[in-house]
Amino acid sequence: MSESSLRSRFESLLTGDPGLVIAVLGAIYLAYILAGIVFGFTVRGHMNSLANLTFYIAVFGMLALALNLHWGYTGMFNIGVVGFMGIGVYVTAIFSKPPAAQGGAAQVGGLGLPLGVGVVAGVLAAAVFGAIVALPALRLRADYLAIVTIAFSEIMRFTFMSSTFETFTVPDTFDLTILGTTLISFDPVADTVGFGGGSGLILNYASPLEAFLKFLFLWDPYLGLVDFVGEYAIQTNPKPVVDSLVYGLLLLVVVGIYYWLLTWTGESPFGRVLKAIREDEDVANALGKNTDVFKLKAFVLGCALMGFAGVLWYAGRGSITPPSFRPNITFFVWIALIIGGAGSNTGSVLGGAVFAALLYEGPRYIKNLIEAAIDVGDGPGSFGQAMAALGSFDPVPFLVYTLNSISQLRLVIMGVVLIYLMHNRPEGMLGHRKEVASSIDLSRPEGSVHEEPAATDGGEKE
Amino acid sequence: MGVSERYSRGRQFVVEQPLALVVGLVVIWMAWFLVEGLVTGRLQVNNVLGYLWDGLLRGLIIGLAGIGLSMTYSILNFANFSHGDYITSGAFAGMAVSYLVAGFGEADIGSLLLVGAGGSVFGGALGVGIATSPIGIIAGMVVAAIATIALSLVIDRFVYKPIRDESGIALLITSVGVAFALRYLIVFVFGSRVRGTTAAGSQPQLRLVAVDGYLTINAHDVTLLVVAVGLMLGVHFLLQRTKLGKAMRAMSDNEDLARITGIPTEQVVRSTWIVGGGLTGVAGYMFVLWKGTVGFNDGWLLLLLIFAAVILGGIGSIYGAIAGGIVIGLTASMSVIWIPSEFGRAAAFLVMILILLFKPQGLFSGRTTA
Repeated sequence: MSESSLRSRFESLLTGDPGLVIAVLGAIYLAYILAGIVFGFTVRGHMNSLANLTFYIAVFGMLALALNLHWGYTGMFNIGVVGFMGIGVYVTAIFSKPPAAQGGAAQVGGLGLPLGVGVVAGVLAAAVFGAIVALPALRLRADYLAIVTIAFSEIMRFTFMSSTFETFTVPDTFDLTILGTTLISFDPVADTVGFGGGSGLILNYASPLEAFLKFLFLWDPYLGLVDFVGEYAIQTNPKPVVDSLVYGLLLLVVVGIYYWLLTWTGESPFGRVLKAIREDEDVANALGKNTDVFKLKAFVLGCALMGFAGVLWYAGRGSITPPSFRPNITFFVWIALIIGGAGSNTGSVLGGAVFAALLYEGPRYIKNLIEAAIDVGDGPGSFGQAMAALGSFDPVPFLVYTLNSISQLRLVIMGVVLIYLMHNRPEGMLGHRKEVASSIDLSRPEGSVHEEPAATDGGEKE
Repeated sequence: MGVSERYSRGRQFVVEQPLALVVGLVVIWMAWFLVEGLVTGRLQVNNVLGYLWDGLLRGLIIGLAGIGLSMTYSILNFANFSHGDYITSGAFAGMAVSYLVAGFGEADIGSLLLVGAGGSVFGGALGVGIATSPIGIIAGMVVAAIATIALSLVIDRFVYKPIRDESGIALLITSVGVAFALRYLIVFVFGSRVRGTTAAGSQPQLRLVAVDGYLTINAHDVTLLVVAVGLMLGVHFLLQRTKLGKAMRAMSDNEDLARITGIPTEQVVRSTWIVGGGLTGVAGYMFVLWKGTVGFNDGWLLLLLIFAAVILGGIGSIYGAIAGGIVIGLTASMSVIWIPSEFGRAAAFLVMILILLFKPQGLFSGRTTA
């Protein structure tokens, strides 16, 4: 490969989609760091907020990418995202939690298998449930599919919450005896398994980061890194901060893998059929494609990716409880996808990043910044007290009440942003791009556009 | 009919309608389980009657709120996910007035209007209830209707009207934005705590003898029954006797055709929001009066059941919405006879999914709007 072609490749990397993603991420991080410096964050506070930001950028990026496969590519209106995430992480927990006898008899145990096995099981379970939902439901109209999927995700949440599935006792030995002869006798490790009911499951296995790094034999170098940070940046207890930062960065790598996988899928013949289904399912059918099979495959793949994203989101959290799997998260992912633009993978990543940085974490970050800069006090406990003070021309209690309610108000902001987008820019930042359906690029090559056309007005140029 | 003919007919039925067979077997098992339970004493007759009564009332609320959803679904062609939060808005608006009337002079007006946000006043202590403060309840009901009508008209003007011609999916997504904004504005103003609203203990009760126990019917049950049935009859006459019903039917059939025949479509849309919004607000208010607690999530949690009812009855049919509401309410309440109580709502959703899969046009299909 000649030097010039390498260079042009490098340039197209910076000017094309990856460059855009890098620029947006850079701007977000710069804004967060600068704001932190201005308002006087400690190094620890900085690293914590950046780790948090990275985590949410990554998980929303992944989920928006997976949803883009459903909605952006295939036109399947799935609003049961959180159900598939829940299945992924609950099944992972059941497979990987140590048996109750080891983890404390007070709580529900698990099968005690390695975390990797648990993750694979969780992703497969999400895929299987995706197929169960998709088999009958994909024939439905888009709005009916929406209602079926959200009902499904609520049924899953009731199941996680119910006392019926809270815990089951596993018998000490399984014996399969036929005609007096014991064919199989095995002793399962688990004593109790279940979803843990309303109090949820405590994820008392080794942290996912530790398991992953040990698997790659990188655990000792990693501990060295922690010591290094402890010596030069954060003297007291550096490990949790470094843990979350490194975990966030690893999740960004996973976003990259999702992006590559889905772009590759989208550009393959399979992906072209999906786009055809989105545009007009009847035509795709008439051209001899069995659209039901294509939709089923795309739905199952997307659900598996959602399940994996759910595992990555919650498996390192220490515990999971059913209220985490309310439909709100599904709508967050939808807002992220719509900000970025359905139909574009780059848009999905950007949408995830912008949503996480501005709408999801942004308001809380602003609250932290203000609280770090000035002491606002406790503020009024209710809207009535805040309004009473406002009535006597004292706006401070109202502002403090607003600040304290920021985690609720950000959902109001999200709602308003969603309405604004649907009114003014329903295609999102990058959405509904003309994606080339043929296998060779028919558009004008990138380089020739920049060449100045022959001047027609006597050769004068501005 | 010979044996062989009967046999071949049976086989044909099994092959052609395997699902109908499964459903039939499940129904037979359920009936047997119920009868066996009653005979052996595992189930008590008064409990079963209690579930039936509870399910009927729940169904009336779902049906009342479902009329509005069904009308907007068929006339504006979108599934309105903010409908649940209209219910909550009506409930809070009405309760604020009931608190004000019941507790005027006893507590400061701000706390009363905020329905006791932050635990400042308690509805039970104020004596909110049909027997203890009838004027407060009637005023609350009227305000709930008016406030919800105003809210739905304002939202329609600024949110839905500019994108009236977009696809149903675009409108659906927009309605999710409305739902978020509305729900968390309610949290901002009224707080997130679920609180008791009524002085349930001081309302008169009727104890009917039911074989092996009593069926308790309280004054709020009766209020709900009277109001819901009255409003349903009112809507029936409104749509049967006025041109509005006919115009709505025409619009849900074909909007362009309706417009060129001289039907003022925007006016019909406004009337739809007025009728639907008013019923929804009253439904929300009656819901919190009947169950005795109010929280910001009430309407949202009811919304999927209302969708179930509307789809079951057939989108666009108000009778379908009412009938569907009662079926869904009964399903959610009575399913505890057969399955654990946590799955009452899940059972109702399952009924909806089955209907969508096998009869997506609903049970009352073809009889739209009136």
